[in-house]
Amino acid sequence: MTVSLFFQHLANGISLGALYALIAIGYTMVYGILRLINFAHGDIVMVAAYVAFYGAAMYALPWWLAFPLAILLTAGLGMIIERAAYRPLRGVPRIQLFTSAVAVSFLLENLGIVVFSGRPKAFPRPAFLDKPLHVGDVIIISYTPVAVAVALILFGGLLYIVHRTKVGMAMRALSKDIETTGLMGVDTDRVIMIAFAIGSALAAAGGILLAIKFPQINPLMGVVPGLKAFIAAVLGGIGNITGAMIGGFLLGIAEIMIVAFFPQLAGYRDAFAYTILIALLLFRPTGLMGEVEPEKA
Amino acid sequence: MLEVRNLHVHYGGIHALHGISLRVPDGQIVALLGANGAGKSTTLRTIMGLVKPSAGEITLNGQSLLGLRPYEVVRRGIAMVPEGRKVFVNLTVAENLRLGAYARNDPQQIEHDLHDIYALFPRLAERQTQRAGTLSGGEQQMLALGRALMSRPHVLMIDEPSLGLAPVLAEGVFRKLQELNDAGQTILLIEQNARAGLSIADYAYILETGDVVLEGPAQELAQMDAVRQSYLGVR
Ligand SMILES: Nc1ncnc2c1ncn2[C@@H]1O[C@H](COP(=O)(O)OP(=O)(O)OP(=O)(O)O)[C@@H](O)[C@H]1O
Ligand SMILES: [Mg+2]
Repeated sequence: MTVSLFFQHLANGISLGALYALIAIGYTMVYGILRLINFAHGDIVMVAAYVAFYGAAMYALPWWLAFPLAILLTAGLGMIIERAAYRPLRGVPRIQLFTSAVAVSFLLENLGIVVFSGRPKAFPRPAFLDKPLHVGDVIIISYTPVAVAVALILFGGLLYIVHRTKVGMAMRALSKDIETTGLMGVDTDRVIMIAFAIGSALAAAGGILLAIKFPQINPLMGVVPGLKAFIAAVLGGIGNITGAMIGGFLLGIAEIMIVAFFPQLAGYRDAFAYTILIALLLFRPTGLMGEVEPEKA
Repeated sequence: MLEVRNLHVHYGGIHALHGISLRVPDGQIVALLGANGAGKSTTLRTIMGLVKPSAGEITLNGQSLLGLRPYEVVRRGIAMVPEGRKVFVNLTVAENLRLGAYARNDPQQIEHDLHDIYALFPRLAERQTQRAGTLSGGEQQMLALGRALMSRPHVLMIDEPSLGLAPVLAEGVFRKLQELNDAGQTILLIEQNARAGLSIADYAYILETGDVVLEGPAQELAQMDAVRQSYLGVR
């Protein structure tokens, strides 16, 4: 493999990783606070892609309006899901919460099939993302740096919120002890809702990038990327936001590189991520950056 | 004044509080004493809105607190230092204190109060940027107390501050409570250590399996034979 080809693949892996990382954060934030794997998170990715599609293709909004609007609406969807399907279940055995999450996932997928129809739709890909860029011998399309820049800007914003704002401080406290956080005068339900909104907004950004990268959207498009992002979150140490970002990029790069170096394994591309998950659960369940901590009741 | 009237609490089939009543007048330290399982923590948790009573009334300055969520109770002017301190181990000392002021909207006054807390507990000032998880038990108790004070509570409620502390440290905590009270802080103190509780309280209630069996001015209770035998270990 030539050096330039290697960098070509690396760029490809990074842009895929950016997308996984964006989605992974939602899993990790919700897990960190509620100890819930939000199975509906991948489907939120799908809804975001459709909302962006309707805005851009049907209502002919310019992308710079359609995409942020889709992100906002998806954040709202995340809040509604939390309010309707998870909040009423605080304090019940966690298996019920999981079941509710699975139900929400099926609901979104089936609603998607009914409302959006099961037939794939062509996502309107903004032309400026298709420009070839020459970096030395390496040719990448403009999508790659844009995707990475979007992800990094959003990560910066997220880290700022979590570590530098009052509500972020409440989120970090919440992840250790919800009851005591309430005793500090924090409206914990409101903060949990904000966390869902943020996680869903980032997933929406990931969903739009996904729809641009693979511009055929369908109501089940969120399932596999959702699973992979979940694996990325586990890889980084579930509950750890920085870990989810790193896990996302690592998984994206690894996935592309495996196929690049071992083309005969191309058919096993998805299996690779699942293999990582199994290996992690066996050998390092806390992931790269996770702390060992006792299960919260 | 914080007032509890005829409070009943059930945990499923367990009748934990059998209609207790107590009053915490402004400016006083009131102690709620009793053995393990008497219902002391349950009383505080019910006042905070963490546990729903099955009957009874809880009022602060005449206004009912029933049905409020814990964060709303805090905003009404009650703060609780929970049993076992429960500091946020992943936050720094300063963040723990600031979180205590979460409901407040007066940034300058908050900075001022933060200084006051550091003056009251110099150890916390030295450890501002350290994670609370690295503090010793005594320091964590100071932090939990400071954190509760940061909400500027009308009534400060403390659940067993001496728990797990060496006697010298526990004494230090009680001295701080006395100092706070001298400065006007109203306090509802829970203790198993009746001697320590009675020594700083103005008035005390003794709880036994969900009933108030004795109450009175702390100094009088400390002299009573029944109390001396059952709670102070004097024969
Ligand atoms: N969440 C709960 N579910 C069921 N029963 C409970 C619960 N919390 C307390 N109890 C019961 O209620 C009674 C009073 O408990 P509480 O914790 O109020 O006692 P306490 O006076 O604070 O005791 P300690 O000094 O040991 O802290 C006990 O019998 C206890 O077992
Ligand atoms: Mg107790």
